[in-house]
Amino acid sequence: MPKGEIVLGALAPHPPHVVYAENPSQNEPISEGGWETLRWGYNRLARKLEKLDYDAIVVFTPHWQTYVGTHFLGLPRFKSKSVDPIFPNIFRYNYDMEVDVDLSEAMCEKAAEAGLITRMMRNPDFRVDYGTITSCHMLNPKWDKPVITISSNRNTHYYSAEVMIEQALALGKACRDAIEESGKRVVLVSSHSLSHRHFVTESPLPEDMSREHIYNHSQYVWDMALIKLFREGKMKEAIDIMPEYTEQTIAETEGGGIIWMMGAMGMPDYPAEIYGYQSVIGTGNCIAAWVPEPDAREIVL
Amino acid sequence: MDEDIIEFGLYVPPHPHPLLSPEANDGYGRLRAAYDECRKRIEESDADLIIVYSTTWPSIIGHQFQANPNSEWIHVDDDFHYLGSMPYSFTMDAEFAASCVEKAESRGLQARTVNYDAFPIDTGSITALSLLNPDNRLPATIVSSNMYANRSETIVLGKAIRDALKEGGRKAVVVVVSSLSNRMFTEPIDPSEDRIHSQKDDDWNRKILEFFKDGRLEDLSQLSREIHGQIRVQKVVAYKPAWWLAATMGQHNNYSGEILAYEALNGSGGAVIQLTPATGSVGDKEFDEDDVEYYKGDREVLNKGMLE
Repeated sequence: MPKGEIVLGALAPHPPHVVYAENPSQNEPISEGGWETLRWGYNRLARKLEKLDYDAIVVFTPHWQTYVGTHFLGLPRFKSKSVDPIFPNIFRYNYDMEVDVDLSEAMCEKAAEAGLITRMMRNPDFRVDYGTITSCHMLNPKWDKPVITISSNRNTHYYSAEVMIEQALALGKACRDAIEESGKRVVLVSSHSLSHRHFVTESPLPEDMSREHIYNHSQYVWDMALIKLFREGKMKEAIDIMPEYTEQTIAETEGGGIIWMMGAMGMPDYPAEIYGYQSVIGTGNCIAAWVPEPDAREIVL
Repeated sequence: MDEDIIEFGLYVPPHPHPLLSPEANDGYGRLRAAYDECRKRIEESDADLIIVYSTTWPSIIGHQFQANPNSEWIHVDDDFHYLGSMPYSFTMDAEFAASCVEKAESRGLQARTVNYDAFPIDTGSITALSLLNPDNRLPATIVSSNMYANRSETIVLGKAIRDALKEGGRKAVVVVVSSLSNRMFTEPIDPSEDRIHSQKDDDWNRKILEFFKDGRLEDLSQLSREIHGQIRVQKVVAYKPAWWLAATMGQHNNYSGEILAYEALNGSGGAVIQLTPATGSVGDKEFDEDDVEYYKGDREVLNKGMLE
């Protein structure tokens, strides 16, 4: 069996607004569009993924928050309706998702061997979080690949950003080991925004783009500083500034997603493909991809 | 006086153990028994409504009030999914929820009702309503906890709910769903060996319980920031339950307090507490934070530019 590999890692923000704006049949609310810069970027990355040969998508989500270790989905299929508790007016999505349980169990086992606290989630009534659903829908609207969701352990709040980074890197390495032993080709997804300060009011028409902008200039400057490092392939430097970045922008990086992904991908030193940056209800959102195979890399934006 | 609109207030923990595994630990069983006692007291009261403020339902767009007349689904907790599923079917008072929104808006708050099939009611609210009002004898509404809200916004929210109670001539039991200390063990534990995470957390919890027992709710409200710094994992900007409960119950210290149970829930401090409006007053705090009637929102200091 050939060694498994990570074929692409994507930073894939999950504001439910982008699914709402796409008007897929699975989502109940109807929109007039909105957030095109992000959606068109997602659409382009989805086209690239269609051409890639891969077996499964592994998603690290900050909206499955666990305090006792890291949890992995452990049943072959989840079918239900996801209603966003924060934005129920725009996201009520009927999902039907397959899970690669073998790979999920293998990652859980490897993480445990690395000293992390882990648990498989095998309750059939469990509702998959909207972060997973949003990122997966935008990257693979056909839903024709099995998914594995990994929960976000709340180390940052319980201990510190430094502890979170150490554990997320260890989790990433464990997941890579499991992927390599599985012989599978896998896409990793770090599902989160960058800066994460929201407006606390909403316009009558949520997709009214005349009202959309970043929460404040400081958030924007920090986001751009991080994206510059992405472009330059300086991911070790990006992770090094993550504690300060996260504190200054109350960023969703506090969940550890991109750190986990960089740990799994061996801390890339090549430029990321940037697919778009746009604010959603004030938060900063960047779609980016890291592609280990040099011949498959592009300059997108 | 508050007895016109508030029958009594309850402070209960958000963890699912008293509902799903009361037999796993004697303490969980005592919390369950305390819940059961509160259920009886609600049944024997003149309340016609239950209002739940849940710290495990965060909101961003202002304050959300649950308004689905028949809110049904099967919930599974993110962490404790292995304890089992939590099916629920709750009767919400849509009219009262709408009134709360109107009153909140008239006090400057952003607010809205939520009434959607399959809306994910949170673990804390499900645990509380399932145990306190299992047959939907009383209608309820659930109030979200805005993740950015701080003291003034939360105080005004409580006052807006009082406005709605007064206007509707309603009589409510108000329920806060929150831990005391909220630091859990981050490794699996044998439930039979559950205990409060640290001596410091336990000491603070017991001091807070003294205040509750003496009916000193407004004093606790004034101590919220200190409590947040001492025994709360810094997941949100502030410890808001005491602010909300105090504002909703009238902002004073005139209550009969009773601690029905205090136990560990995976390391956190879980208590079932009843506060009943009474006469007489105790308390020794000189309140130095301004009372707030109307929420004015952001002060726009970032847009004011440099001083000239």
